[in-house]
Amino acid sequence: MAAPPQGATASAWGGLALLLDTRFKRSLAISVVLIAMVAAPFLFGPYATVILTNALLYVVLALGLNIVVGYAGLLDLGFAAFFAVGAYTVGITTLHFGLNFWLALPLAIVFAIIAGVIIGTPTLRLRSDYLAIVTLGFGEIVRISARNLRETGGASGLIGIDSPWILGWHIETPRDFYFVFCVLAILAVLASARLANSRLGRAWLYVRHDEDAAEAMGIDRVKVKLAAYIVGAIYGAIAGAFFAANLGAISPESFSFQQSVLILMAVILGGMGKIPGVVLGAFIVILAPELLRDVGDLRLLIFAVGLLLIMLFRPSGIWPAGGRK
Amino acid sequence: MNLFDIFTHQLVNGIVLGSFYALVALGYTMVFGVVKLLNFAHGDLYMVGGFAGFLILSVLAPFLGAGWLGVAISMLFAMLAVGFLGVVIQRVAYAPMLAAPRLSILITALAVSLVLQNAVLAMTKGQYQPFGASFGFGGVNLGNLFISYNQMVLVGTAGVLMLALELFVTRTQYGRAMRAISVDKDMCRLMGINVNAVIAVTFFLGSALAAAAGTMAGAYYGSLWYFMGFLIGLKAFTAAVIGGIGSIPGAMLGGLILGLLESFGTQLPGVGSGWKDVFSFSVLILVLVFKPTGLLGKPEQERM
Repeated sequence: MAAPPQGATASAWGGLALLLDTRFKRSLAISVVLIAMVAAPFLFGPYATVILTNALLYVVLALGLNIVVGYAGLLDLGFAAFFAVGAYTVGITTLHFGLNFWLALPLAIVFAIIAGVIIGTPTLRLRSDYLAIVTLGFGEIVRISARNLRETGGASGLIGIDSPWILGWHIETPRDFYFVFCVLAILAVLASARLANSRLGRAWLYVRHDEDAAEAMGIDRVKVKLAAYIVGAIYGAIAGAFFAANLGAISPESFSFQQSVLILMAVILGGMGKIPGVVLGAFIVILAPELLRDVGDLRLLIFAVGLLLIMLFRPSGIWPAGGRK
Repeated sequence: MNLFDIFTHQLVNGIVLGSFYALVALGYTMVFGVVKLLNFAHGDLYMVGGFAGFLILSVLAPFLGAGWLGVAISMLFAMLAVGFLGVVIQRVAYAPMLAAPRLSILITALAVSLVLQNAVLAMTKGQYQPFGASFGFGGVNLGNLFISYNQMVLVGTAGVLMLALELFVTRTQYGRAMRAISVDKDMCRLMGINVNAVIAVTFFLGSALAAAAGTMAGAYYGSLWYFMGFLIGLKAFTAAVIGGIGSIPGAMLGGLILGLLESFGTQLPGVGSGWKDVFSFSVLILVLVFKPTGLLGKPEQERM
């Protein structure tokens, strides 16, 4: 078993920490990224804005799943379930109970935490491959329930979900939502980096590298894994809440197994456990099909082959190469 | 129909369904026994087996017809082809990963599953493919209960295959080696057993049984779909866990139990066919949480 890297920060940022080794280089990189984010919708037009919004949504989702898979080392094949809980909570509470979006959002988070605890508490003690299957089953249970319940609108889902107001500003155009998702993605990146460098983040690192040694050091592995599960669920719920507000309509098929797989691919393709890698992965997953318009049905096949090749030849992801080995 | 008729009718349905689950569950359990790997791609081998059987049948049908004989011969060829596919997958994707962290192996297995699914998706454009077997609709009436010849032949074939497997595992040298490897792989290597060859044979047999189930399911239900392996893969895994993963009689028993649970479960008030899969997944989660060793399995420690 390889020794864990020296600093948890270096691990979360991967090779980027080595690349941007001075304060000047870091500020330069941050400014370039921020300017690019603000300029993008004006430069590329409305269609690209919608696609980029989707990519940013995936950044949030993938960073959430990255906490479960990349930080804590648990394979979750039903992550779309938390995404669904967030989206449906906002949909149901705003439509049926007339709640304001900003009151529905914390509720969505609470429900996702409850769902995470219900499914996590009994199953996180299981062997890791059993856990993967349980999460898969859980994801399907949530999707099928959304399909069959009257409250969730059955197979056709919910429509007419209101877009939120903030400080007198009505977030309604695609460009408004693009900027909202920019803020969400930045917050998600910052929170992920802080978490990796926290006491909890180090506990995840140790549990991932050697569960038994971690336990011998006094880390309660079930509690630590549950924490990862819950934090991931919160990311998923927030992404789901804004997803519902953005589209105004949700249906069960947005939360299928394929959705969970796509989020997982975003986490792994770029570089599991490392923030720049995961962000890159999210962009690959969303932008590649736009750039390769003609491939159509081959899209997922290409991703799947890519996933296999990465696991076989470059398990630390495509970029950046690396941090410390 | 009175209650007794519903009961016997669901009993027959459950046994048919259970035979499919058992055949697929056997592959999970055998592979798990020798390499401790949860082969996510196993359900997709069932799907590929269905398509292989269909392709072979469409070649053979002009000579043998699309009846029992044609389907049986197609099934044998499909088993052979998918068996080899299983060995190739093991050699290419799993063999290099056996020493890697468990998370990497699981993701690799998932990747193999996605490659198979999406390759078939790209080839079939995601359409349902009619299987084209013609069996006729004959059967036997027992009071109010009708059992078709299809159902009998299907359950009979599944039974014969399982019996053959049981004989192979208990009576042959390879079978003995397989059981030994599931106890202690390194010791087997020291005793001069060709572990890699035995693992290959295990993958071959497991994949071939999945292909047999796939062809039979295609012929019985009449159509194929690239995603059909997903659900049955999950359910067969449930069956394998109910029976005790790693145990061959356990997989057969678990398959039958799950088939029966499911067909009776849909009759429960409030379950209905829309909730059928939720019912099976809940069974899976409950079994994993409360009895992860299953009915016939041995307690096991996660490797350290």
